[in-house]
Amino acid sequence: MRLLAFFASGLALGVAPLAFAQSGNLTLPKAVEAGAAFSIATAGSGKATLYIAGLGQVVKRQVDLGQTVNFPVGTLYSAGRYVVVLQGDQEPESGEFDVVPAKGVAELSFLARPSRLPVGLHDAITGAVYVFDAYKNLMVAPTPVSFELSGPSGAAQKRTVVTRFGAAWTEFDSTARQGADKFVANAGAASTRRVISQVPGDPCGLTMTAKRDGKQVELQTAPIRDCSGNPVPDGEVVTFTASFGDDQSTADVPIKGGIAKIDMPIQDGALISVASGVVMGNQIRWEK
Amino acid sequence: MKNGILLAAALIIATVVLIVIGTVKPIPSAEHFAGEQNLLPSSSTPEAAVRNLGDEISLGHWARAYDSLANKTQFSEDEFIHDLTGYYANLRTDATLNSFEVRPLHATENDAEMRLTLHWATVLGPSESTRDLHVTRVGDHWAPEWPLDKRPAVPPQVIPVNYLRWDVIYPGPGDDWGVQGVEAPHVRIVDMRPVQRAEGVVILGELLNDDVVPAYVSVTATLQSKTGKALATEDSFDKISHVLLPKQVTPFLIDFPDATLSSVGSIRMSPFSTLVPASADPVIEIDNAHLNPAPDASLSGELMNESGQIVNVAHVLGTFYDKSGQVVWIGDEYIDRALLPQTPQAFLIHIPEDLARNVSSQRTVVSSFEYGGVL
Repeated sequence: MRLLAFFASGLALGVAPLAFAQSGNLTLPKAVEAGAAFSIATAGSGKATLYIAGLGQVVKRQVDLGQTVNFPVGTLYSAGRYVVVLQGDQEPESGEFDVVPAKGVAELSFLARPSRLPVGLHDAITGAVYVFDAYKNLMVAPTPVSFELSGPSGAAQKRTVVTRFGAAWTEFDSTARQGADKFVANAGAASTRRVISQVPGDPCGLTMTAKRDGKQVELQTAPIRDCSGNPVPDGEVVTFTASFGDDQSTADVPIKGGIAKIDMPIQDGALISVASGVVMGNQIRWEK
Repeated sequence: MKNGILLAAALIIATVVLIVIGTVKPIPSAEHFAGEQNLLPSSSTPEAAVRNLGDEISLGHWARAYDSLANKTQFSEDEFIHDLTGYYANLRTDATLNSFEVRPLHATENDAEMRLTLHWATVLGPSESTRDLHVTRVGDHWAPEWPLDKRPAVPPQVIPVNYLRWDVIYPGPGDDWGVQGVEAPHVRIVDMRPVQRAEGVVILGELLNDDVVPAYVSVTATLQSKTGKALATEDSFDKISHVLLPKQVTPFLIDFPDATLSSVGSIRMSPFSTLVPASADPVIEIDNAHLNPAPDASLSGELMNESGQIVNVAHVLGTFYDKSGQVVWIGDEYIDRALLPQTPQAFLIHIPEDLARNVSSQRTVVSSFEYGGVL
């Protein structure tokens, strides 16, 4: 809600000059930078109470009419519209002014998705940035944000996007090489880094061999790699199936050290197959 | 006031008298349950002998049950107890014998064959085991011989363990909004089919862990009417292997009791996955899985624990396909014996008779549970 209100006021203000507005006995600034010192001039004579109320902040001061009231640095820091009321012996007077985000990006909220994805996918990595000033006000003025995605090989994808209403986003391809990618967003002096884990895709060219090992048959795959040549990580399940007539023996075997291996009791003439997920490998007819 | 005191005194005296009588001369059934007296009828027939044995087992009177056996010299009482409840922790360890049935198979003047079917109540539901007992006449009564299931002993050995394990570190409480979390595992439904059964609608399917990390999974389905209104929502409960290693596939079955498929316009499927610490072991091999035709259609086979780790409970899930490769049924069985390393353990999954003729192939998966450990 606060953001919506801010969008509305921010759009109207843009980079409006910080001029003053006259309202009866009150001379108000049109806009104040968040955290900056400012002053409000009053006219007349006598004592009065000055109220400034905005989003999440209220300031109350006893003032001598006819004098300028100075507010030090850091008095108002939440961007938004503020209402000023001067309550003296006469009818109260009121006016409005805006507090706009401070200059200079101080903080980025960087959402990088997904944290883990297979290699070689088009526009699969998304980065979205929200820019904030030192007081955590969303900076709605257009601000250039540079994104950089660099893989383990060092090759980087770069793009600069100008924010719209405080947000900028982009998409990158996942590279062909597995590993931890650095995804960095920079705006002004602010920089934020995320890590994207690129993991191998489905096994490619899954093959196994079979050899007798005592009473059993030792089934072993060749080193398992994806279609980009990345080794498939240990722990992925490879399913060995041996069919003989109506009988079937199966084993779900996790890859260890890059290969899957198991000893199974297999009858002569059995058809042995290997698969991982939805990827089928070769078949072997087991003969003595 | 005086009457009340008299009544209270009379009640106290009567209670004391009854306690004394009950202690000095208890009724026979109380003596039996206190383990003092055998109230069971005499084993004058083979059936009565086996029935008495069943009663003693259900009461946990192991010594009496063992004493009633004709072949007790062939094994110890401990072996007899372990044969029934298991040596290692398993589903039977905390089970109670709910009921039993005795059926004569064959009888002559001096011996008989009787079938004893034991219905156990386990934490995961009923479990049934059947033993065929040889019963012999011993003097004026009959005594059963217990067919001890002599399991091969695993030789003492040291098995090197080099298993894979995944642990998960979640974002800490101090992490700010927008800070990167860890992606939930990517899973996808690779097959789904609704089936109308007499008891309601059943949704059959298969789920694949498409990621490189293990996942805890479940599947929820919502039946929607032809106007898009939600009719019912159910999940796969235990008819699924909940922990999936990378690239592992599990079948799932979702029951909608009393629902009719004709009133369903669409079905919304919601697979759920979350990161979970897991171990890649134990590897359990399924050997000699065989489809047995009707009557009593079933899938039978043997489980072989290929690791050095004892599996306390194994859950076998069978997916049955027709000739075109479409899923026609999913059945399961919990193994009520611990799986010892390199020791085969039989399993049997029943297939509904009306579907058995459509089944032409199957795929079996096993999920394992270790007491005191993770799934």
